[in-house]
Amino acid sequence: MMRIALLMLTADRGRFIGIVTGVTFAALLITQQMSIFLGLLGRAGAPVQDVRQAQVWVMDPSQSAVDLDGVRPMGATALWRVRGTDGVDWAVEHLRVPIAVSLGDGARRSAMLVGIDADAWVGAPPTLVQGTWEDLRRSDAVIVDEDGATKLWRPNPDGTRRPLAVGDEVEINDHRAVVVGIARSTRAIFFAPPMWTTVERAKTWIPPQRRDVSYIVAGVAAGGDPAAVAAAITARTGLRAVTAPDFSVDSSAFFAANTGVPINFGIAVILGFLVGVAVAGLLFLQFVSENLRYLGALKAMGAENGLLVRMTMLQAVVVGAIGYGLGIGLAALMGHLAGGGTRTLAWEMPPWLLLGTGAAVFLIVLVAALLGVRRVITLEPAVVFRG
Amino acid sequence: MAEIIQVQGCTKTFRANGVETQALRGVDLTVNDGELMMLVGPSGCGKTTLISILAGILAHDGGAVRVLGEDLGAMPAAQLPAFRRRNLGFVFQAFNLIPALDVLDNISIPLILNGVKRAEALERADDLATRVGLRDRRHHRPTQLSGGQQQRVAIARALVHDPRLVVCDEPTSALDHHTGEVVMEMLRSIALKPGRGLVIVTHDSRIFPYADRIATMDDGRIVSLKSQETAP
Ligand SMILES: Nc1ncnc2c1ncn2[C@@H]1O[C@H](COP(=O)(O)OP(=O)(O)OP(=O)(O)O)[C@@H](O)[C@H]1O
Ligand SMILES: [Mg+2]
Repeated sequence: MMRIALLMLTADRGRFIGIVTGVTFAALLITQQMSIFLGLLGRAGAPVQDVRQAQVWVMDPSQSAVDLDGVRPMGATALWRVRGTDGVDWAVEHLRVPIAVSLGDGARRSAMLVGIDADAWVGAPPTLVQGTWEDLRRSDAVIVDEDGATKLWRPNPDGTRRPLAVGDEVEINDHRAVVVGIARSTRAIFFAPPMWTTVERAKTWIPPQRRDVSYIVAGVAAGGDPAAVAAAITARTGLRAVTAPDFSVDSSAFFAANTGVPINFGIAVILGFLVGVAVAGLLFLQFVSENLRYLGALKAMGAENGLLVRMTMLQAVVVGAIGYGLGIGLAALMGHLAGGGTRTLAWEMPPWLLLGTGAAVFLIVLVAALLGVRRVITLEPAVVFRG
Repeated sequence: MAEIIQVQGCTKTFRANGVETQALRGVDLTVNDGELMMLVGPSGCGKTTLISILAGILAHDGGAVRVLGEDLGAMPAAQLPAFRRRNLGFVFQAFNLIPALDVLDNISIPLILNGVKRAEALERADDLATRVGLRDRRHHRPTQLSGGQQQRVAIARALVHDPRLVVCDEPTSALDHHTGEVVMEMLRSIALKPGRGLVIVTHDSRIFPYADRIATMDDGRIVSLKSQETAP
């Protein structure tokens, strides 16, 4: 009888395609919107993740996210107190200060000046495209982000734009800076182009009141537990100290909590779900209704309610599975084509999201099936003899 | 010879939207082994209601209904489907063949419902298709068949599991006269044999000659019962 159920389902081609399309659309919308949302959340923590050597981040107690809630400098002695904490292997300053860059033609554009440790280059992004980090030791040297360089463009004589390049000079708060290299960092959420230089030089370029440390990043002694060390730092210094993964998550959470972004994506996801329920549910109900006379005949011929319910559930599960597969497949394809996984599109599609979409689709199908099953169960076999 | 059906004082009242309709007001009826009984009468007199009760798809209110020795009134509702699929064959006015299935699949449904393996069910369906003259159409869909052919498929479906009682509501009313006769010939020749009974509700006086007995109903009662000789 299950074979018969499937034949009945697929024979009604138009409605079959309609139901599958409804489920597909819902799965696609949910997966796609959530992937972008998760991608954005991930970007909020990107500056933390790019400091790969750091296991613990230390900051002012009122600071809760990287870059997103401003910079609150700590006192000058913070570094020594952190270094003196048990379990801390090393600790260096990490400066992050928003700046305005003068590009020479009167144009000023904002950027993020990142002061990194000049001994081991802790805080440098993963990839260097041009130049070396040692080049930062030359006077006035600064390294610019690859994408950022196109934002800090210069006009060509013919009016076209060219990205900032090695050898170019710019002004940062009336200080001369020379581009000595191009680096590639992970995209952050609000994109102020990062410019890296040494902590010492960075402090000479920014106003005096901001010259204190904005972050201290630290490594723990071999075998140490970063969380325990972070707790020890907090206990000893009164500063906020968290593990790098925690700080990244905190930054994502701050982004989610302080922008309208989650609501917008949430609405899109709920809409996708509701449209799925409406389209798939109604079409499925229609499908069941139109088959009621045959189901009634089967009932009269002695088919048990349980059997007819199983047939109906199977039909619902099959359209659900096909729609789910198509939906997440299309979402993955769209993400791929639009540049997911690269720097252009915020896109993250973890397995749990696919499971979550699966659960949503299952709910949609369940609603559809229950609507259908209700009609099957309440169907009186005696209807078969009525016109 | 044991009776296939014994009904005494059967009543049925429908309640819909606060309106009560007494569809059966005390029906007495016996259908004998090997007999083709026709139920006739004006529209609304209760024919369909009675045949539905006899087939175990509608519960009666009062009186006694024994079908194939079973007291339907005393049978738990949960046992009715199994009783129907083992013992009953149905032929509907509107055929009710499943459009998605071909002729053989449609015919084999009662066997599948009774747990017969598909291969064996198809073999027996093939045999029935041959007997109703549709062997060359056995892989057609119902929509590719004429009304008369569809009703022959329905007859094959009603008989494939060798039921002891076959009930038909207006089996010929959607067919032209000649096709109706073909269908009735087929019903008589295949469905009727010792140990079986056949109850047919009809308006169609042209098929009256195929009945062994004709029960005429009016206003929820059987008002006359007459026996007649039928062609062999
Ligand atoms: N489910 C129901 N709910 C309410 N009233 C019903 C129901 N089924 C039948 N009736 C009423 O019961 C009476 C008998 O109906 P039934 O269908 O048995 O008549 P019938 O003899 O088969 O008529 P016809 O020749 O038109 O098919 C009618 O008055 C009908 O309106
Ligand atoms: Mg009727």
